[in-house]
Amino acid sequence: MKKNNGKAWLYLLPALLFLIVFMVYPLIDVFIYSIEEGFNFASQTYYGVGLYNFSYVLHDPYFLQAVQNTFLLVIITVPVSTGLALLISVGLSSIRPLRELYQTIYFLPYVTNTLAVGLVFMILFQKTEYTDGLVNLVIELFGGNAVDFIDGPYWAKMFVLCFYTVWVVLPFKILVLTSALASVNQDYYKAARVDGTPRLRVFTRITLPMISPMIFYLVITGFIGAFKAYSDAVALFGTDLNASGMNTIVGYVYDMLYGDSGGYPSYASAAAILLFAIVLTVTCINLLVSRKKA
Amino acid sequence: MEQQLDFQNMQKRTNRRQRALKVLVYGFLSLWALVVLFPFYWMVLTSVKSYGAYNAEHVPALYTLEPTLQNYVDAFTTVPLLGYLINTLIFTIVTTAIMIVVSTLAAYAFARLEFRGKNLLFTLFLSLMMIPSELVVITNFVTVTNLDMRNTFAGLILPSVTSVFYIYLLKENFEQVPDELYRAAKVDGTSDLKYLWKVMIPICRPTIVTVTILKVIECWNSYVWPRLVTDDPSYYLVSNGIQEIRENGFGRENIPAMMAAVVVISIPLILLFLVFRRKIMAGVSRGGLKG
Amino acid sequence: MKIVLDHLTKKFPGRGRKNPGEVAAVSDFTLEIPDGELVGLLGPSGCGKSTTLNMICGLETPTSGTIHFGDDDVTKLSPELRGVGMVFQNYALYPHLNVRQNILFPLENLRGKDRLSKEEMERRVSETARLVQIEDLMERKPKELSGGQQQRVAIARALVKFPRVLLLDEPLSNLDARLRLQTREEIRKIQKKTGITTVFVTHDQDEAMSICDRIAVMQNGVLMQQGHPQQVYDDPSCLFVAKFLGTPPINVFEGVVRGQTLYIGGQPVLPAGGVKDQEVFAAVRPEGFVLQSDGPLSCRLERVEVMGRDVSVISSHDACTGPAVRSIISAESRVDTASSTVRFALKPGKAFLFEKDSEKRVTVQQN
Repeated sequence: MKKNNGKAWLYLLPALLFLIVFMVYPLIDVFIYSIEEGFNFASQTYYGVGLYNFSYVLHDPYFLQAVQNTFLLVIITVPVSTGLALLISVGLSSIRPLRELYQTIYFLPYVTNTLAVGLVFMILFQKTEYTDGLVNLVIELFGGNAVDFIDGPYWAKMFVLCFYTVWVVLPFKILVLTSALASVNQDYYKAARVDGTPRLRVFTRITLPMISPMIFYLVITGFIGAFKAYSDAVALFGTDLNASGMNTIVGYVYDMLYGDSGGYPSYASAAAILLFAIVLTVTCINLLVSRKKA
Repeated sequence: MEQQLDFQNMQKRTNRRQRALKVLVYGFLSLWALVVLFPFYWMVLTSVKSYGAYNAEHVPALYTLEPTLQNYVDAFTTVPLLGYLINTLIFTIVTTAIMIVVSTLAAYAFARLEFRGKNLLFTLFLSLMMIPSELVVITNFVTVTNLDMRNTFAGLILPSVTSVFYIYLLKENFEQVPDELYRAAKVDGTSDLKYLWKVMIPICRPTIVTVTILKVIECWNSYVWPRLVTDDPSYYLVSNGIQEIRENGFGRENIPAMMAAVVVISIPLILLFLVFRRKIMAGVSRGGLKG
Repeated sequence: MKIVLDHLTKKFPGRGRKNPGEVAAVSDFTLEIPDGELVGLLGPSGCGKSTTLNMICGLETPTSGTIHFGDDDVTKLSPELRGVGMVFQNYALYPHLNVRQNILFPLENLRGKDRLSKEEMERRVSETARLVQIEDLMERKPKELSGGQQQRVAIARALVKFPRVLLLDEPLSNLDARLRLQTREEIRKIQKKTGITTVFVTHDQDEAMSICDRIAVMQNGVLMQQGHPQQVYDDPSCLFVAKFLGTPPINVFEGVVRGQTLYIGGQPVLPAGGVKDQEVFAAVRPEGFVLQSDGPLSCRLERVEVMGRDVSVISSHDACTGPAVRSIISAESRVDTASSTVRFALKPGKAFLFEKDSEKRVTVQQN
């Protein structure tokens, strides 16, 4: 037992080095940054210690805009994507021919580059002087008025962002739910069939309770993921998210750190910690709710 | 007799309803498949339309009769797309390779070796999984900047290596290898390293392959960190490259050339996915909670 | 409710590239089950008995053939229209519902004119619970019950809508040996009390023989023989049925019939009236041996197992197809354990002859 001690640490050494330098130390450091007031990046000096950074961030209209955008995104995409994934998975598990083909297609967005495909969405939704874009043409076909979804009104931009986010997160949710559905013992369904249970009742009284742990899992990870939304927005609206009014909290953190508006790691840290606090709170509420239900 | 007829009618009704439901389900599934596939179709279609033809279309055509590969030529000549691809390839291969070696060694220590403080250390490891990358990115950015490693591969790669989750996945898998094999190897005088190399890794190959593929996907698509530490286009990865192309590349109007670049960037992963479809899907459903 | 299965066939598409054609799980199965009887579908695993049960239930549609319940042709009806109750091998109790909710579940599905009032449902549930004696467990969740209790809940759930036919798929296979004995009596009692036509599937011949009014033995999707258990046991139509029924299993010897006499290992052992000269399998039930110092069948004595009521003599014989000859004789007869050989005479009614190729029964005229 004892003679393994040194050897074990040797095996762990590389991993520990990486983790300490790039995870543990930064984790502590971020809290220090967040309370250092007036930190100057070039000279690495600061005036004092306090909560000013948090106060600055909380009063920054860009941050408030980012919080509003992020919360809207979360509130819309989490239920929509989970519900849609549930519908699709139930549909998938009720058919036999072509099931694998559909599964493969549905998974494709998972392996594609968010930034690259975002460009495609942009040209589909964008209205330029040359063309109204394909989506607008469809809208006009049904008698609606063309809207520029990329540089137009807020709700239109929010709609595209939500739509693209759902498109991107759905593969994972469908995959998890189809495997959850497949693991339900078929005898339950046979028993329900012998009893002539209507489909809707089978779904609400048998299927849903059986896979509810997986749904809760998806909702929780969905919340966490949606709160961290960033690259989807960049893909659609470009890197200057503040200008287009579509920034997210994570986007705000990075903008504070780097780029034209960057150079303020203290503000970035304060914003990141606020985000972490929000995510932690929401996750705890989620866990409490799921425990009460279970 | 009457009852019999009644039953038959009921059965007919049930059958009809079932058929209608089936049609509905297939319709719905096909609709979503269309939503998923259409952007891919559109990007390929646009990438083979000529610049002039594309901009002359006020109403975009759903097909083209004069496909051209000129946009692909443009994509490789006007902007350094090849450079982005090579950068990404280097980044992906090196990061994944280091990650696999480091994670395998650590997972082996946790799964197989006994040492003081193992449980405590592993608990600390697990709690690190909860830490969102957004929190640590700030200091890492400062560290890399201060070390003068911006616009270097070292600065790109090193902070991207760490992955607690994959260590955890490998450790779980290593633990399933029966103890007897280890004891037998010890009796034969096999060293730990040789045992790991000759026994553990071959047995756990499926998991290692899965972890590798997942990490490759992650690297290929990574955007945030590369964006922070590179501002010299000769170190851009594809994600940043595509953003650069969008903002300063062909000029905003050359959408077909942009789409050609998008196709080139998307193809490697789609091919990887089609080849390792089952493995990737199994791996993701087992532990895709990386976010 | 009388059940008539007429030329029932079920083919499944072949799996994989290796065997593309169709696989017949059940072929040309014809059986008539009189009203109120308890019938056991018996056979080794993979013989098609569960498929047959699923077809009676309506979970599978036959490829050809018909199923009648009484005068109704139910072949194409879906399960809920047939009025069947089914107990699954693993009981399929809904884990998130308690016992009462589980039993109530089928009643809540009834719609339209079949809909029962709340009180009527409650009455039916408690009545059924009393029938299977689980009144004390109504508020528990399935995982808080023992295997035997789960089994009874599953039966109650199947019975609560007063089905015309009760179907049980391997109902005892998940229970331990002691509970199995007790539960099979229970099933028999409930079946007698309700008088409901019941079909159950099992691979355990002991189980089937002990409680069934009628058994149907299947092999590779084909019905080999059906009838009253004792009658099938005493008069097997083929070697498979003879081997499948009875514990300890029947002893099979290679033998020859010459001049209307059966020879085993060159020794004439039994008269075989009316049988033409041929090679045969001679199968002798363990209780078909009589210890006799000048008996014609001489075996090498291996050991004697005392079982109290009777004695089991294990010996070997070169013509025996199994590893040992197992005979059961009454405890009064004395076996000379010091001797290396033991000699038996055979009881004519306990020994059966089968054709060597077809393994079909060869009838011996008794005189």
